[in-house]
Amino acid sequence: MTVNNPTIPAGTDPSRPLAPFGRRLLTVTANKPLGAYRILHAADPDGPAPAAGQFAMLAAAERWGAGEDERPYLPRAFSYARWVAGEAQFLLEDVGPGTHRLCELREGDGLWVLGPLGRGFTAPKDARRALLVGGGVGIAPLAGWQDELGERATVLLGFRDRAHAAGAALLGDALVASDDGSVGRHGLVTDLLRAELDRDAHAGVYACGPPAMLEAVRALCAARAIPAQLALEAGMACGFGACFGCVVPKRDGGYLRICIDGPVVDAAQLDRIGEHAGSPA
Amino acid sequence: MSVDFCGLRLAHPIINGSGTFDAIGARHAFGDALHSAFPFAAFVSKTITLAPRAGNPPPRLWEAQAGLINSIGLPNKGLERYMSEDLPELAQLPVPLITNVMGSTAEEIAELLRACDTRKEIAAVELNVSCPNVHTGLDIGADPAQLERVLRSVRPALRKPLIVKLTPNCADVAECARAAQEGGADAVSLINTLRAMALAPAGAHGRERSQSLAWLGGGTGGLSGAAVRPVALAQVAAVARRVSIPVVGMGGVQSAAHAHQFLAVGARLVAVGTESFRDPAVASRIASQLDDEGPPT
Repeated sequence: MTVNNPTIPAGTDPSRPLAPFGRRLLTVTANKPLGAYRILHAADPDGPAPAAGQFAMLAAAERWGAGEDERPYLPRAFSYARWVAGEAQFLLEDVGPGTHRLCELREGDGLWVLGPLGRGFTAPKDARRALLVGGGVGIAPLAGWQDELGERATVLLGFRDRAHAAGAALLGDALVASDDGSVGRHGLVTDLLRAELDRDAHAGVYACGPPAMLEAVRALCAARAIPAQLALEAGMACGFGACFGCVVPKRDGGYLRICIDGPVVDAAQLDRIGEHAGSPA
Repeated sequence: MSVDFCGLRLAHPIINGSGTFDAIGARHAFGDALHSAFPFAAFVSKTITLAPRAGNPPPRLWEAQAGLINSIGLPNKGLERYMSEDLPELAQLPVPLITNVMGSTAEEIAELLRACDTRKEIAAVELNVSCPNVHTGLDIGADPAQLERVLRSVRPALRKPLIVKLTPNCADVAECARAAQEGGADAVSLINTLRAMALAPAGAHGRERSQSLAWLGGGTGGLSGAAVRPVALAQVAAVARRVSIPVVGMGGVQSAAHAHQFLAVGARLVAVGTESFRDPAVASRIASQLDDEGPPT
C-alpha cells in the first residue's frame, strides 16, 4: 500500500499529512466521560498521524443511516483532539443524532474514519508566545497543539457551566472562564484573552469555539494587529472539497471551503464571522 | 466490464454525478493516491458557467431523512479560468473528461459549447438544463418544446458527444428526454436533485421572526442521497423506454446492487453522487463488485 505516503501535489503544504483515499474501519478502544463531554478513542495503527488542527469525518459502523428518523446519514467532522501512539482521540458532545450515536459507541465497536483532512495550525513567528483560546467542545484541536508547543503555550478556555468546564482537563494547566461563574472567572474566555494581551501583546492567538466566540477573538486581534489562526467549523457533507457546503465568506469576496482551505484559517482572510454553522450534528 | 458510451470506451459503467466530486480539491486531500485509484470510469466536472459565480450564501446543507438537501448555487471560476487553470489539471486524470456547462440563453449555451469544442482535453459535454430561462423564468429543461428548440439551435456548436442532464422537476421527464433526443442530444443523464426545502429549527442561530423560515441560504435546495433512489429508478426506467440514445442513471446509488437496478431498467452508465460524500472511494468498490458478480440472475 502506497496510500499512507502519498506524494504532495504542487502548491500544497509539504508538511501536511494527507488522508489515505477512502474511509477506513477502526475499532473503538474506549469512550470515556469527561463532564458534559466524552472522549472517543479508536485504534488507528496505520495512521497517518495528523497534524494538530486537522480533522476527520466519523461515522459509526452500525446504526448510521437507519432508525426511525433515518438520521444520521452523513459522516460528521471532528478535529483530532490527540493522536498518540496509533490511537486517535476525539472530543464529543451529544447535541444531535450524529453526535448522540457516536457517544453511544463502546469498546470494540466499529468507527468509519476518513482523515486526516485539512490544514492545521502553524507555529508562531518572531518568538511570539502562543495563546490557545478554546470555547466548549471547540477546545478539542487545542489539546494536540498544546502537546506540541509545550511551555510556549498559555491556555485560556471558556465553558457555559461546571459540567462543561470539566472538559478543561483535556488540556493541561488552563485558565478557565464560565458563563455562570461556577468555575474560574465569571465571564467569557475573550475577557481572559483581553487581559493576557494587555499584559503582553507579543503573542500569536490560536482559537477554536462557537462562531460568536471566534468573531470576538477575530475582532479583538484585528484591532490590536495580533496574528490569529482560527479553527472553523460548519456543516460538512464530505470533508474533502467535493460538496462545497462548508463555506465561510472571505474578506476580499467569495468563499473559503473550510474542509480544504481550512479548517485552520488565518483570521486576516476573514471578514466578520457570521452564524454559518450547518445542520445540527 | 468495459462499456461503449457515445463512442468513448470506458473501463466500467460507473461515473460521478456532476458537482459531487471535485477532482482538484480531492487531490489536495489525498495526493497522488487519488489518481492511482481513481474511482470513476469518466470524470464529470461541476457545472461551468460563462461568468464566475460565488455560489449561494451559507448555510448550504441540510441533512434530511436518508438524504441531503443542498443549496450550493453552482460556484465556479467561469469558463475562461476553467479553461486556463482547471483543464490542465483535469487532463492529468486517468479517465476521459466530461465538462458540465450551463447557460441561461441559447446564445450563452452555444458559446460554452464552442469553447469546449476547441479543447482536446474534453471528451464530451454535459449540458445542465436546470437553469431558469431569463425571459420566462421556467427551467429550460422543464418544458419539452423549449428544450428541443434550444438544443436544435446550439447543437451545431459542438462536434463532440452532447449529454443532456435532465431536470426531475418537470411534469413528464420522459417527454423531456424525447425532446432532448429530437434536439440532437447523444445521451441523457438523470436525475438531478429534487427541489426541496428545510425549515430552520426553532431558535436556530438567533433568527428573527421577520427573517425567512427557510434554513438554506438559497431558500430551497435539491434533495439527493438514498432517499431519492426509488424516484430516480422510476424516472430512469420511464426515460429508457422512451428514447433510443444512451441513458446515464443516477440517484441514491450506494452499492453494486443499486447500480444493477439502474442498469436493469435501461441505463448504460450509472453515476454515484452523494454516496461519495460518505466515502470517496465507494465508486471503486461498486465498479469492482459489478465486475466480480455480473448482473444478478
